[in-house]
This record gives sequence, structure tokens and C-alpha cells, in this order.
Amino acid sequence: MTILSGSDVKHIATLASLKLKKGEPEKFWTQLTKVIDYFEELKEVETNITEPTSQTTGLQNVTRDDNVQSCLSQQDALSSSDKTYNNYFVVPIVLEEKDF
Amino acid sequence: MIIPLVISELHADLIQSKYSIVDLLNAYFERIESYDKKLNCFITLTKDKAYEEAERCDKILKDSGPDAFKDYPLLGVTVSYKDLFLTQGVRTTAGSRVLENYIPSYSATVVEALENAGSIMIGKTNCDAWAHGASGENSDYGPTKNPWNTDYVPGGSSSGSAAAIAANFSLVATGTDTGGSIRQPASFCGMVGFKPTYGAVSRYGIVAMASSLDSIGHFTRCIDDCERVFSVTKQLDYHDATQANFPKSANLASKPLIGLPKEYFIGGIDAEVKENVLHACEVFTKAGCKIEEISLPHTKYAIDVYYIIQTAEVSSNLGRYDGIRFGNKRDAFGDEAKRRIMLGSYVLSAGYYDAYYLKAMKVRTKIIADFDNVFNKVDALIAPVSPTPAFKIGEKVDNPLSMYLADILTVAANLSGIPAISFPFNATKNGLPLGFQIMGPRFSEDRLFGLAKTFEVSSKYKPKVAAL
Repeated sequence: MTILSGSDVKHIATLASLKLKKGEPEKFWTQLTKVIDYFEELKEVETNITEPTSQTTGLQNVTRDDNVQSCLSQQDALSSSDKTYNNYFVVPIVLEEKDF
Repeated sequence: MIIPLVISELHADLIQSKYSIVDLLNAYFERIESYDKKLNCFITLTKDKAYEEAERCDKILKDSGPDAFKDYPLLGVTVSYKDLFLTQGVRTTAGSRVLENYIPSYSATVVEALENAGSIMIGKTNCDAWAHGASGENSDYGPTKNPWNTDYVPGGSSSGSAAAIAANFSLVATGTDTGGSIRQPASFCGMVGFKPTYGAVSRYGIVAMASSLDSIGHFTRCIDDCERVFSVTKQLDYHDATQANFPKSANLASKPLIGLPKEYFIGGIDAEVKENVLHACEVFTKAGCKIEEISLPHTKYAIDVYYIIQTAEVSSNLGRYDGIRFGNKRDAFGDEAKRRIMLGSYVLSAGYYDAYYLKAMKVRTKIIADFDNVFNKVDALIAPVSPTPAFKIGEKVDNPLSMYLADILTVAANLSGIPAISFPFNATKNGLPLGFQIMGPRFSEDRLFGLAKTFEVSSKYKPKVAAL
């Protein structure tokens, strides 16, 4: 029994900035439901006293000497964008002006 | 001229001046231009750059003679890079339309290291978009075909790299293995596929899929070549803070004990695959190894854990593609990327985090503990790579769950961060390659190379490529 609903698919897509085309929410709901249902078998594993693992290296607090290193020039960093202005990236408007 | 199949042969030929490196490139590009139309291994060929490098290498060889190989251990070695590896000035797509026009302004550390060692880039290979897939069919640039039989998939996600080596389009190819994306296509194409310990090779400059799982490895036709390439790629890079200094690993025991995990012979495993792994065990036994059945009790859950952790990390890593600094907008993502972004966002979202993501991280601990336990007893493990040989193109494409299950025998090594080698051995009755994988504790690469070389000798292994 899955707990993913049709409206969840649309909500998740909005959160992830994905625009779904007509028919896609239904298609993805069917496919994702099957995968999430499969995950149910994890409930069989007893994990009450198990610590979670997020990485396998065991490395902690990795540092290097605080020396200036060579890095990308501003020109190189901007080179892959076709929308630049005065050496800045042009980004879409987030807050729009409103009359109060 | 006859294109050499391994590095030692290439270097012997160059010392004897049997041909120049420019001649060698002529032979490769002639082959690629004749046959890649039907295989679709490459997204971009870097012919001009390759010839410039070849001329430079020929000059080095002329000036220094055989001493050139000391400074340039991979002199004249042709490399095809999975199109996830950033290459300065050369388009890098990750197999996705999102990056169809992306020209990186720097190269991955691994690319730089391989080029500094004297290797020559042939081109950028096709792959499942963002490395999401087990068949190569998720590429936005069309599927790659298996060189042994073009009705079949070459495996994935490093589809073009595996097929390029099997088709003799280059001597070495690079790949990324997040859940089996090197080992499985290597096995489907009959090549050697190497997944190093997580953190042994820098991930800097390689399009990230799932950052706690991504391992940077390669395809070759023998273990000697695999080792030569690894000795170049494992150099320490301060750009990747998860990279560890490679410790000296213990020598191979005189009578190695190899574990055969019973859980890897799951219901539904193909009979030929199973028989062939058992046959490989006999070869190891004859070579003086001891095989012992062992148990990794949480194997069954590795696929669930993997598809929760991996999609969670994918949803985060693909968040950066906004079409502002580089690349196209997010509506250029294909279906598989959308599925994984949504699945990952879901398992991380409030209300479901504990049930899925946190639970998966805890079961990951148990899977690692299984490996730690058995490696107290055995030196290495032997197992099948995939439950089946290569499957037909189109067979799983409409069923994501069935495609995900193709990874069932490879993902545990990624969750545990351990190294593994996929080695070719025999073929099915229909002529499709078969093989097996050996796995060892973290940083036991030298031991695995030793074991695989023992197998090469004992099985009278000969590198081979597909007739096209």
C-alpha cells in the first residue's frame, strides 16, 4: 500500500522546479508508485539500534593549507552563459514589483 | 596495420617503430568512421585535438626513445571519455539535452592526469543521460548497440565506453560506477571493468550523479592495462575532499580464500550466468585459491537502499541545472531524470524522510557490516555481475522498476564503498559475453589485481574484440 497520491506527484514536481506536460503526472504516478511499493520490504529489517551511514570514507574535517590557489577567471566562469550583463549572470526575476 | 589490443603490445610496437602514433590514429578513426554509425558509441569525436597530441607524442618518442615511457607511462594510449568527464574546450553533454551546448572551461582532474601521462583523447562516449540507466537507452543521443550483437544493449550507464572498447575504437575508456555502471556494461560487452574504492580516484570535474556512491573507473582489455591506468588516476587531488590517500594494501595471500556469497544466486538468475560463475570458481581453485560459501544476509535490501539514497542525492545534484550559468532549462530533462528527481525529492520530504531516507541509511550500515564480517574471514568475494546476460534493446524500456532491478548484484559494492573488478569469461550459447565480479575490502585493489591476474593465467585469457 503506497502513500503517494496523484497530487503528491504534482506537488513534488513543483518543489523540484519540473514542469510536467499533459498526461505526465498520471504516467509518473503509476511508475513511481511501483518503485515506492517495492521499498516496503525495507520494513522487515530491524534497525532500532542501528546508526545511519551517510558516507564510507570515515574522513572527517578535511582541510588544506589556507593558501591562495589558481582558480577560474571571471571570463571563463561566465563563458558558458549567453545571458550576462556587466560581468554578471542575468537571472530570472524572483520578486516582482507590485503597486501598493 | 594491426591495432594493438593492450598497452604492453602498443609500447613494444612503438619501440620497434612498427608504426607512428599518427598512423595508429588513422587506423582508429577509419574504424570509427566505418562502424560507429551502427553502434553509436560516440557523442563527440575529437579528431583535430587527437592528431595534435599524436604529433606531439611522436616527437617525444623520437627525442627520448624508450625513456619516454618513464615520463609518459601512457604514451600513445587512446582514451575515450564517458561524456560525464569535463574536457576543457570540448563539448560535455552527460548524455542529456540539458547540456547539448555546454563547453567546459576546465577539465576533470582525471582527464588532466591521463593527458599528462601521454594518453590521447579520441572522443566523448555516449551514456544514459546523467548516468541514469542500465542499458544505454536513456541517452538523449540515441541508444548504443552491443558490438557482439546489435539487437542487444551494451549495458549502462557507461554504454558507449564499454562498446567502444569491445569495438576496438580505443585502447582505454573511462566510466563512472554509481551502482554498477562500469561493471555491468563491461560484462555485457566482454571487457574488463574496474570500480575502485570510493574515494580512491578524484571526482572533481565529473558530472555528479550520487555523491556518496560515485566511483571513477575505467574499461580495458586486461588487468595489466587496468592497473597502469589506475596508477595514474589515483593521484591525490585537493579539489575532492572525499579522496583518501591511497594506503599500501596487503599482499595477496599465498593461498587466497575467496567467498562465494549465496545471496547473489537469487531466484530468477539466468542458468548460464550462474553456471559460468561456478566454472570461474573452478578455475580459481585449480590456480590454488580456496572457495568457500559465505552469507551476506542483507543483500536483498541493497537495491531498495540504493534507489532511495541514490535518488535523494540525484535530486540534490541535479538541482544545480537551472539554465542560468550554463546549459538549457530544466524542461530539457528526459523522463528518467524527472523520475529520479521526483523520487529523491519524495524520500527526502517532510513526513517521509524517516520512513525512507533515514531507514535506508540505517540499512546501509547493516550492508556494510555484512561485508566487514566476511572480510574478516575471506580475502575477496566472487559473484555474478548481473542476473542475466545483455538483454534486447527495448525489452525493459517501459518498465523502470524492471530496469532498476538489473542493478541488483552491483549496488552493494557502491553502498559499502568497496572496490570490484568485472572480468570477462566465456559467452552464452548465443554468443553474448559472460563474466563475473570480484570484490575486496576498501583499498584492496592490489589484491584484486593479483587475483584477476592469477585468473588470466589459469584460464589462458586472451584479449579480444568484436568482429564488426
